[in-house]
Amino acid sequence: MDALVIGTIIKVVLVLLIVSALAGFGTYIERKVLAFMQRRLGPTHVGPFGLLQIAADGIKLFTKEDIIPQHANKFIFSLAPVITAATAFIALSAVPLFPTFVIPESLPLIGGAIVPSVIADVNIGILFVLGMMAAGLYGPLLAGMAQANKWGILGSARTAVQFLSYEVVTGLSVLAPIMLVGSLSLIDFNSAQAGGIGSWIIWQQPVAFVLFLIAGFAETNRTPFDLLEHEAEIISGYVTEYSGLRWGMFFIGEYSNMFTVSILAAVIFCGGYGDLGFIPGSLALLLKVVFFFFLMLWVRASWPHIRPDQLMWLCWKVLMPLAVVNIVITGIVVMI
Amino acid sequence: MHEEIIHTENKPKEKQNYVMLDLGKSPEFGLPAFKQVVKRSLNGELFVGLWVTLREMAKTLFMGGKHTTKYPMEKLPISPRYRAIHNMLRLLESGHYRCIGCGLCEKICISNCIAMDTRYDENQRKEVSEYTINFGRCIYCGYCAEVCPELAIVHGGRYETASEQRASFSLFDDMLTPIDMLKQQQEFQGFGSVSPNADAAIKKTPLAY
Ligand code: SF4
Ligand code: SF4
Repeated sequence: MDALVIGTIIKVVLVLLIVSALAGFGTYIERKVLAFMQRRLGPTHVGPFGLLQIAADGIKLFTKEDIIPQHANKFIFSLAPVITAATAFIALSAVPLFPTFVIPESLPLIGGAIVPSVIADVNIGILFVLGMMAAGLYGPLLAGMAQANKWGILGSARTAVQFLSYEVVTGLSVLAPIMLVGSLSLIDFNSAQAGGIGSWIIWQQPVAFVLFLIAGFAETNRTPFDLLEHEAEIISGYVTEYSGLRWGMFFIGEYSNMFTVSILAAVIFCGGYGDLGFIPGSLALLLKVVFFFFLMLWVRASWPHIRPDQLMWLCWKVLMPLAVVNIVITGIVVMI
Repeated sequence: MHEEIIHTENKPKEKQNYVMLDLGKSPEFGLPAFKQVVKRSLNGELFVGLWVTLREMAKTLFMGGKHTTKYPMEKLPISPRYRAIHNMLRLLESGHYRCIGCGLCEKICISNCIAMDTRYDENQRKEVSEYTINFGRCIYCGYCAEVCPELAIVHGGRYETASEQRASFSLFDDMLTPIDMLKQQQEFQGFGSVSPNADAAIKKTPLAY
């Protein structure tokens, strides 16, 4: 096998392991940050600083009884969480995670393998990632409809409403940067901003950046757009009947989507894994991703969530016109 | 905005400013509605919200502003008026239990949960031969403590009363102050006494309007 194939396989395993671990760690961070913002302690008892809480939760989820409601469509009911988790991971395959590196020759078996920055550098990277995340909406949609529960139906109706409308804004908001860079590959985006902070696209496209963030929040189902499973209104929405491992897969999917959106925001608008002064590239990307992740938690602690009609209003009457205007202006500027 | 003077002890002491929010009527459509959307979107209220949570987080992390009481390890002081599992007190000088076996508590108990018996001891003095309270029926009304002529039965502060046996709390010897703890025996503070942390726990609120 040639070096690149081995490297890619290593990368796949790495991404799978790291991201599922990060998804678990994300829940811990989320609970801690929310707790501190509300002047509480968060998890403290299991392990040092409550760190092993992740493991405890994992064991709990894995060993729970697997319940499928009587009138549910069993096949679709079991398929839906897989869709969410799988699409979330597939989306990550076209996202650059670290700079390309070569494993030193001295290591046995895998020595000399080239680990690429992207698992699959498809030349339509952004479209692929966005498409995969959009395909992920079949997870909540099917889950809600298969479980024979009225809260589930409501949840999936909201899924359709929310994801479909925000897909438009996401697409339109990245269109302007795409016009500037002239490529759909995330690698090209990265190299286009290689000239340090000054060359970040965020300075040329602040509106597109804000729109992308808002749409990203809606697509990852975060506050203030967490209508899909808002407890006070529709119990748990599309996950009402789920428990144990299946529920955990929804969770992993959601958290990896959060990471994907954070990485996308960092790569498209904030220079990706380009070196940042004395900070090496991979660390810089990590810092940016951590910041965007923190932003999601921060917003969740601060802002109330909005009604479905307000959500639609915001999307179709405010964000989409703004995005279109932004594209038109970008187009004119690019032409001149 | 209007000012209100708060009267405490019949003389004006503190001034407090109450701000009335004047939101006006929301325009329904057209240019005014559009203007309102723009104004509300751009005036940065959302960032105020973000700032508040960040400030609280900084306070929590660096200034020790956590509200959590780690309950089983830490406990908040409870009020001396709290009516939990009863204590039977002892006389401070002799260490003998105070109860004279008058039976008033048994009589007044409205849920009929005190069972007691008395007899003459060898010195022809009355002694309590049996005294139990059925805490499955006690409603913690406090009548027994109020009626007791000797301040013998009082309510204590033991509120963690989960156990496998109801007898774990309810025998006379369980409620009696242990003889080696006689020095630490707490006298009943009286009805209307305030909890030790009352000053810290209470915010200044206007009493008069
Ligand atoms: S507190 Fe009330 S109910 Fe309980 S033993 Fe005393 S008198 Fe009876
Ligand atoms: S009222 Fe007081 S002194 Fe009389 S029997 Fe009850 S506890 Fe003893």
